[in-house]
Amino acid sequence: MYVAVKGGERAIENAHRLLAHERRGDRDIPEVSLAQISEQLSLGVDRVMTEGSLYDRELAALAIKQARGDMIEAVFLVRAFRATLPRFGATEPVDTGRMQVRRRISSTFKDIPGGQILGPTFDYTHRLLDPQLAEGFVPELPATSDAPAAAMPRVTDILGRDGLIESSPRADGDVPVGDLTREPLSFPADRDLRLQNLARADEGFLLALGYSSQRGYGRTHPFAGEIRLGEVEVEFSAEDVGFAVPLGSITLTECQMVNQFKGSATEGPCFTRGYGLAFGHCERKTMSMALVDRSLRARELGEEVLAPSQDEEFVMSHSDNVQATGFVEHLKLPHYVDFQSELGLLRKLRQEFAEADSSPPLREAAE
Amino acid sequence: MTTFAELPSGFADKVLSAQTTFRSVMDAMARPGSVHCIASASGTPPGVMRGTAAIALTLFDHDTPLWLDPRMSEAPEVEKWLKFHTGAPVISDPSICSFALIGNAAELPALDRFSFGSNEYPDRSTTLILQVESLREGLAFELSGPGIEGTTVLQATIEPLDLFARLAINATLFPRGIDVVLVADDAVVAIPRTTRLVAEGD
Amino acid sequence: MNAPTYNFAYLDEQTKRMIRRAILKAIAIPGYQVPFASREMPMPYGWGTGGVQVTAAILGRDDVLKVIDQGSDDTTNAISIRKFFGKTAGVATTTNTTDATVIQTRHRIPEGLLHAGQVLVYQVPIPEPLRFLEPRETETRRMHALGEYGLMHVKLYEDIARFGHIATAYAYPVKVNARYVMDPSPTPKFDNPKMDNCAALQLFGAGREKRIYAIPPHTSVVSLDFEDHPFTRYRFDAPCALCGAGDSYLDEIVTDDKGSRMFVCSDTDYCETRQSQGHRGSESAAPHKERAHG
Repeated sequence: MYVAVKGGERAIENAHRLLAHERRGDRDIPEVSLAQISEQLSLGVDRVMTEGSLYDRELAALAIKQARGDMIEAVFLVRAFRATLPRFGATEPVDTGRMQVRRRISSTFKDIPGGQILGPTFDYTHRLLDPQLAEGFVPELPATSDAPAAAMPRVTDILGRDGLIESSPRADGDVPVGDLTREPLSFPADRDLRLQNLARADEGFLLALGYSSQRGYGRTHPFAGEIRLGEVEVEFSAEDVGFAVPLGSITLTECQMVNQFKGSATEGPCFTRGYGLAFGHCERKTMSMALVDRSLRARELGEEVLAPSQDEEFVMSHSDNVQATGFVEHLKLPHYVDFQSELGLLRKLRQEFAEADSSPPLREAAE
Repeated sequence: MTTFAELPSGFADKVLSAQTTFRSVMDAMARPGSVHCIASASGTPPGVMRGTAAIALTLFDHDTPLWLDPRMSEAPEVEKWLKFHTGAPVISDPSICSFALIGNAAELPALDRFSFGSNEYPDRSTTLILQVESLREGLAFELSGPGIEGTTVLQATIEPLDLFARLAINATLFPRGIDVVLVADDAVVAIPRTTRLVAEGD
Repeated sequence: MNAPTYNFAYLDEQTKRMIRRAILKAIAIPGYQVPFASREMPMPYGWGTGGVQVTAAILGRDDVLKVIDQGSDDTTNAISIRKFFGKTAGVATTTNTTDATVIQTRHRIPEGLLHAGQVLVYQVPIPEPLRFLEPRETETRRMHALGEYGLMHVKLYEDIARFGHIATAYAYPVKVNARYVMDPSPTPKFDNPKMDNCAALQLFGAGREKRIYAIPPHTSVVSLDFEDHPFTRYRFDAPCALCGAGDSYLDEIVTDDKGSRMFVCSDTDYCETRQSQGHRGSESAAPHKERAHG
């Protein structure tokens, strides 16, 4: 006797309970705190803030905890929360030239005004698993010295002064900056929307695309003009106040790539730019973003679009990992109705095939 | 000068009123020629009917440039009220407006002054909100098209008298086109660009 | 910490306005995909966010909501969405198709005739019927603008040449109001005729792809075909094992590991209603169903 499947609601409730239980893990082991995540897994928090498009360390840490360490799931949580927030307007553009720099390197010059500052980096570590970090390791205090108030002009500005690099495109003050979270994306997209899309994009996707552009799928001849990490002030101009109000400061990573030079009939050749910006400390992301940004400028720089990293619609339609995982994982949802109709069609075709197979030779000759 | 405190009010219950007003307009657009009553109350600036005010409070905001005809622009309170309650920018170029409020239907400008959208984006077209005398009595307009089973008759007193003749351009230009919402006090009737006039009589 | 508070039906009023405006234009241009700025919702893209946003934009206090997936009210995602609206809107919900004023559905159209007081909201994964023939949105938008659907006809013709049939079993493309070719969402082609001249308003929401489209009531919806290969519906040729219905779309249930199968109505409300009216199939249902009838 057939009993129709029921009880989906109870199954879901029990699944949620089981999830919460497994998320907690062994209850004899202390639970991890948001402060611990924010302090000691800070690069994870930075990534979630960047791809979640929301600067809030505590919320990002909560998302990581709630997502059991699944970073894309954490980004999803942050994005969904962001969508509920009321919007007051846009801040003034942040001035990374006035950043309180903690790390700043350039591969285009041996030395630059303000110096090369290594900062906290994995770059020259030896990737040997260190059992000392397992527990109770107390690191030495870092070396300090008085920070000289040396100016730190941007390398791209130094090149720009001599006309060696294209000027950074100035935005038209009258045209509002595009926001793809508020208008549906349409192609071709201008650079403001492309950069926004890339800033929110999955780091792995951009990394692969950037890598591909270095390996011959398109080519942009990149040099890392500058990568800087530090704190910048954020200011907001409320209409009725009449001046910009400081809201606080945020940590940003900025990468300027210096790329293949280009000229025209009216202008002498100069280097071209690629740009990357992220919340917190995200070098891989900003470097990949700058590589892909430059690739996507193929259209406006009159270059032939041949490689995936240059294909605007391809890159921008598939860069959002929340959308991507939603659709890939939706295959877990029941599809038995459509499968049924495919089964029906297939059975019919197979039957016809079998009949054709067993039919007299004349038919085959006709083919 | 009217202070903000003296401006006619918006919806008392924004969320509920916007939803019920929207459902009325949606049903009107889905069933052209049928008359729907806007239940929600709000203040009304001079010359603005109850239905028009409710539609404005429901659908207008920062992203919907508005064009007001000279009649609607007469009383400065109208623009003030719209700005205060909806934040919608009032512009002077009707060819890029999302909504056009027509207070003097007889003097409706030529339709080609408004936006018909493009073939790629026919949705980027003007919706005309036309205030008329009556949507319950007057001439009989027999209409057909999507949303209408067979034909339906709308009894109404509408200006301009050649409105449907003008709207015939929608058939030629489809998918581009102008969508119209007729308002008489608190009654609304929608005439989307797909609606055709079959016959007109008394 | 910044604790969130939620508006009626979750969406903020500005988002609702934006979606409402898109819905109105969609109704005015039957079958045309209106772009809209889809919001991140608390469920993943691909799991019904488009349908949820459309429902959230139209839903009111007096509505009665039904949510189905694969024709059933009891599938996990339908339950999840119904609970979502219960939590954020507090509206009355039902499994009874006739009582519902708003029906959100994934992959099926209810068997019973819909009436004028209803809105059917479809969840759509890929709104563009030409997408698998032409991946670029810039190109497909141009084709729709010009009404140039040659690519689709070629595909259908190639199917016939290769298989002897049009090899599309679900999401079968239709022409709406004799103008736009539209994807009905992954409903089985069995359901296509229900869209034609329907008394209810049909709205389609694609959240991830950010498109809304609509079919007003009583609008012509014609499945694409050729004169010598007319459109046919597929249905497993047997009555429902539980209620005996001979005209409903059937789910295939594998009952043992020796290959036994039975076929029951996919539309659970339709089936249960028929059973409560005394109709029976070859398999009797579980005792609690008979009690309801008695």
